[in-house]
Amino acid sequence: QNYPLYIRSVPTENELKFHYTVHTSLDVVDEKISALGKALVDQRELYLGLLYPTEDYKVYGYVTNSKVKFVMVVDSSNTALRDNEIRSMFRKLHNSYTDIMCNPFYNPGDRIHSRAFDNMVNSMMMQVC
Amino acid sequence: MEQGPAGGSAAATTAASAGTGTGTGGLVLPLSESEQQRYSELFSRCCPPPEAAAGGSSVGELFRASQLPPDTLHQITEICGAKRVGYFGPAQFYIALKLIAAAQSGFPVQIESIKNELPLPRFVALKNDSEVRYGTPAELHGVKFQVPHATLEKNSYKRTDEGDKQEPKSPSMSPICSPPASPSTYQRIPLSYGYGKSRSGLEQQHGAPYEVRHSTHQQDGPSSGNYGAKPAAACSTLNRSLSVEREQQDSSTHYSDDPWRITEEQRDYYINQFRSLQPDLNSFISGSVAKNFFTKSKLPIPELSHIWELSDVDCDGALTLPEFCAAFHLVVARKNGYPLPEVLPETLLPEYLQTASLKPIRDCTLFDCYSESLPGGQQTRDFARTEKASAEEAPDNSALLQDAKKDDKQALKVRTPVKTIPKEFQHLSVKTAAQESHALKARPRSRSYSSTSIEDAMKKGEEPPTPPPRPQKSHSRASSLDLNKIFQQNTQAVRSGWLPPPPPALPPRPSVSQEVVLAQPPSKPARRKLRTETQGLETPEHSPTINVTSSLPAVKPHLPVQKQSSKQKRAIQTAIRKNKEANAVLARLNSELQQQLKEVHKERIALETQLEQLRPVTVL
Repeated sequence: QNYPLYIRSVPTENELKFHYTVHTSLDVVDEKISALGKALVDQRELYLGLLYPTEDYKVYGYVTNSKVKFVMVVDSSNTALRDNEIRSMFRKLHNSYTDIMCNPFYNPGDRIHSRAFDNMVNSMMMQVC
Repeated sequence: MEQGPAGGSAAATTAASAGTGTGTGGLVLPLSESEQQRYSELFSRCCPPPEAAAGGSSVGELFRASQLPPDTLHQITEICGAKRVGYFGPAQFYIALKLIAAAQSGFPVQIESIKNELPLPRFVALKNDSEVRYGTPAELHGVKFQVPHATLEKNSYKRTDEGDKQEPKSPSMSPICSPPASPSTYQRIPLSYGYGKSRSGLEQQHGAPYEVRHSTHQQDGPSSGNYGAKPAAACSTLNRSLSVEREQQDSSTHYSDDPWRITEEQRDYYINQFRSLQPDLNSFISGSVAKNFFTKSKLPIPELSHIWELSDVDCDGALTLPEFCAAFHLVVARKNGYPLPEVLPETLLPEYLQTASLKPIRDCTLFDCYSESLPGGQQTRDFARTEKASAEEAPDNSALLQDAKKDDKQALKVRTPVKTIPKEFQHLSVKTAAQESHALKARPRSRSYSSTSIEDAMKKGEEPPTPPPRPQKSHSRASSLDLNKIFQQNTQAVRSGWLPPPPPALPPRPSVSQEVVLAQPPSKPARRKLRTETQGLETPEHSPTINVTSSLPAVKPHLPVQKQSSKQKRAIQTAIRKNKEANAVLARLNSELQQQLKEVHKERIALETQLEQLRPVTVL
């Protein structure tokens, strides 16, 4: 459960830190899901602000119908990303994920190796950074 | 060893030619005269003038004939700089040949080893090898040797090739070689796609026309032997099929340059395969069916996954005919050793494939998808005349009506271009699969009317990006995709823009048009309601039909009134026009419904896949 299907970070130093952050934020996401009791699509947002006193980044979350979680960690030192942008990014992620699902050679639950998905994610991250 | 005399003569002349170094990227490489002559001969064989670079695949074939292991060849290619440069220029070629000679003599493949004097490289089954070597003492006659050797070479090729042909045929992989009749007819020689070492995708383009011109009898045996792996055997039949059309396309060599261009024979083959999976050429192959089919090609799953991603342009989980052709072509290319591109090449785009399939075969009525060209041709006549007085339209229309009535399929095909016109203007991602399925559903409702004048006017006015003659052929899938992306931003504007044009087109028609005008507005609000509603896909279909039928009775009372012959004609014409307008309305409605269907379809797929995902995983 909760194994990562896809993980990518742009500045590749401190990658493990981001991985760890993502993992811990999964708990928070789970909390939020179970809190709502209805099984609807939610474009929830997970704005954590300062997670630790020493670090400043924001973690956003997004859950699909089938409990596939997208977690995005962005640096707060960026020009503050607006909510809309985050939402649009998640929407793009979701669309790309759907496209991957359409591929009959993809087994749900596998790690995602799709190049198209990679390109999309890269372009998105380049846009932000 | 046969190289005795050659070595001797080489030694004798080395001193004389020690100074002749071929400048090769900083490497001074002494070539003896015999070597020079031999190399230049080989080079000219691989690369007939006026090209300056040798084609990758012919070079590949040559290298493979040297019977070195593929890694060595790979190394050689790298060292000689062909990979860096991207092609086999004379310098690279000569270095490569020297390296081959070195490798064959047992020296390690390095630059240093070729600085020594080496025997000439040996190429298996190039019969002129030994002869040339023996002929080197008489270098002056070298040229004369080449000609008979070329013929000898061909003969030798023929002999060995026939022997080799037997083995590749027997281990035929099932579905890819499934139509046994068709590959067996391709008795020609395969292209040596297999030499993927020197590939950058593009450099092999040179190889193709050269293959065609000379060395018509190639070695499949050694190549498959050297590689020994699945691709050669599996695709030998395909190779033959590919090579046949390469040869046939001697005149249009620029076509065969591009490995991503599908030739006619390949296309036919793919279409046959498509038929075997899905008899209706306009429908699509579902994901699971396609998966099974392509899995039989024994490519690794990630690669198949990538191929799917590339070819399923509209990402609907199903392959239409052009998508299928593209996917199949990619599979074939991959099996032949081409690396998969990151982006679908332009020649494999569904739009391109659609136009390509329509352009060359105007007369062929064998394939349904090609019959679009006929209505396309009819439509061109139509469009050419619509701008003139309507009197001329009647005979054309009646002729077209008759033609259309004859063949229901043709009528359908005519309608599909008709339908796509509104589709283009109605934004959204077009899923051609759903389009075609709706086209099929529309058959019972199809009337044998060809394109209407309204649509022609619409087309001329609202299609700035594509010139009018072309869209008729490319309608059902092709330009609709492009235009849809273009118009995606202008959804609202286009929608609103679409509605007003029909009324302005109506006023020019006298008397009878009033009923039509009345008929039109009721249908429009019905459609507007449709847009806001997400349900009731069925009911709106009925309302336009009702409107149309109401317009028909409205037309009839006028007919008895106008008993004079000319007015009768005009009435008939106006009636025809009205029906065409109704047709247009229905077509637009159909397209809207299709859009909705596509959206629903997409959602359904997403939900289904997510559901599948949920099953093994415990719900959190």
